[in-house]
Amino acid sequence: MSKEYPGNPLNSKDFKKALKTKYVPTAEYAWSAGHAINRFLTGLKEGRILGIKCRSCERILVPPRAFCEECFISVDEWVELKDTGTVNTFAISYLDTMANRIKKPLLPAVIEIDGAGGNGFLHMLGEVDPKKIKIGMKVKAVWKPAKDRKGDITDIKYFKPARGGV
Amino acid sequence: MPRRVAMIGAGMTKFMRRANDTPKEMAFEASKMALDAAGLELKDIESVALGTAPDAFDGVHMKGEYLSDGAGSFLKPYTRSFVGGGTGVFTGAHGWWHIASGMFDTCLVVGEEKMSSAHPHPQGAFLTIFDNLIERNLGPNLVWIFALEMNRYMTKHNIKKEDIARVSVKNKGNALDHPCAQLGMKITVDDVLNSETLAWPVQRLDISPTSDGAAAFVLASEEVAKRVTDDPIWIEGVGWNVDTTIWTNRDLYYPKYVEYAARMPYKMAGIHNPPKDIDFAEPYDPFDYKELHHMEGLQLCRKGEAPILTREGVTARDGDLPTCPSGGALGVGNPIAATGVMKLCELYWQLRGEAGKRQIPKDLRTGVAQAWGDLMQVGTVVVMRR
Ligand SMILES: [Zn+2]
Repeated sequence: MSKEYPGNPLNSKDFKKALKTKYVPTAEYAWSAGHAINRFLTGLKEGRILGIKCRSCERILVPPRAFCEECFISVDEWVELKDTGTVNTFAISYLDTMANRIKKPLLPAVIEIDGAGGNGFLHMLGEVDPKKIKIGMKVKAVWKPAKDRKGDITDIKYFKPARGGV
Repeated sequence: MPRRVAMIGAGMTKFMRRANDTPKEMAFEASKMALDAAGLELKDIESVALGTAPDAFDGVHMKGEYLSDGAGSFLKPYTRSFVGGGTGVFTGAHGWWHIASGMFDTCLVVGEEKMSSAHPHPQGAFLTIFDNLIERNLGPNLVWIFALEMNRYMTKHNIKKEDIARVSVKNKGNALDHPCAQLGMKITVDDVLNSETLAWPVQRLDISPTSDGAAAFVLASEEVAKRVTDDPIWIEGVGWNVDTTIWTNRDLYYPKYVEYAARMPYKMAGIHNPPKDIDFAEPYDPFDYKELHHMEGLQLCRKGEAPILTREGVTARDGDLPTCPSGGALGVGNPIAATGVMKLCELYWQLRGEAGKRQIPKDLRTGVAQAWGDLMQVGTVVVMRR
């Protein structure tokens, strides 16, 4: 094993002075939602959470997909689920999406949707004291007003504790 | 029957917050050091296997091709593999089958990452990991997935944060003995618990840094290995596995895909009782709880038991089952694909007794390295033996 290791670290002062080239990409995308998520998002616009059932393994798939990845067959049996669920896990985030520090924390959580056998999706919690959030807590969707919904995951504003504030 | 595959030389650069060196220059330095250590020249290398993470980190399209000269692949059979954070250890499998298949007698394996080029932070590149249809509009941050997984793991097993913090204390401490380390330091459990909360339960000192660096090793067939060295280290087994990206439909408390990935090399290497048959481990530790999570996936202990072993000192460098004797991603640094290659290099140096101040003070025969990545879904595992 050699004694001298290569590599030339720069401290932040030297880094500022170092010769650099720069480039800012302009990359914009527009994704079609596909068969399953199209219907899921349409459901959200109507104030409904939709899942899809695999006739082979009988799992209720939320978020829905066009095929069951385990049984590897097409699935098409749509089921309407309640807009209530259970907190599977959560975080109290003092970082925004670009890792900037924020004072009022964001409260991301995985919500198991009632009736989906533990399956669910990523969303946010609201109307709750962060210190009082618990895994296993029952929650209910708070929807945007119908006129403001546009077929997006944010048509649900957040999930709040199911029985009033906690 | 696959042919036996030996590691015969290893090299790496320092791991750094910001390198002046370009990615290609770092790949060259690590590759050259590995060749020198093996006593070979580039003309002796028949094939090259490179691992590096997303092109978006560098803003260089076709990063594999860009790095090829630095990885010693000028006009040679060359491929790049990429399985997210699992890439570095996967290169052990990637290179292994070049030799095991009988196609080549030598293979240079290289891992490189330069994360400091993305400004102001590689966060912007990391974000595209989230589902483009139903997750990204929620404004997620990469740290969220770790916070969500860590919370689930802690809650399921009723684990205290101080027992997780001990991993960070241990690994950053171990890294003080690593000449390439970026973040070797002596800290206490309280330092971790009092560090800035980023996304609870994740705090500043629970996390590995973003890093620049490269690492490399040379693999050879048995015939070549026995000609060039008296002390080859054998790659005895390789494995990899991937779970679905629909991560909200899985219970994050346990990495099943790591278990499945580990069962492959254990079978190849005849390992029936991992805690007994394995002498030391380099599990992937981008966050402190991940080392614990991965020890459980690697079957080195029962589910929920890893924090207890850590508290009892079993995983310390002088314990019964040392983990991350190098200092790991938490201490040496975490230039993603290079980190996994560094872990394979560490197995090599430890098994040859060349780890210097980091040397584990007991007879070593078998070591395992593991990496993990993407949306909490990829496991890659390599078992090496003296
Ligand atoms: Zn099915």
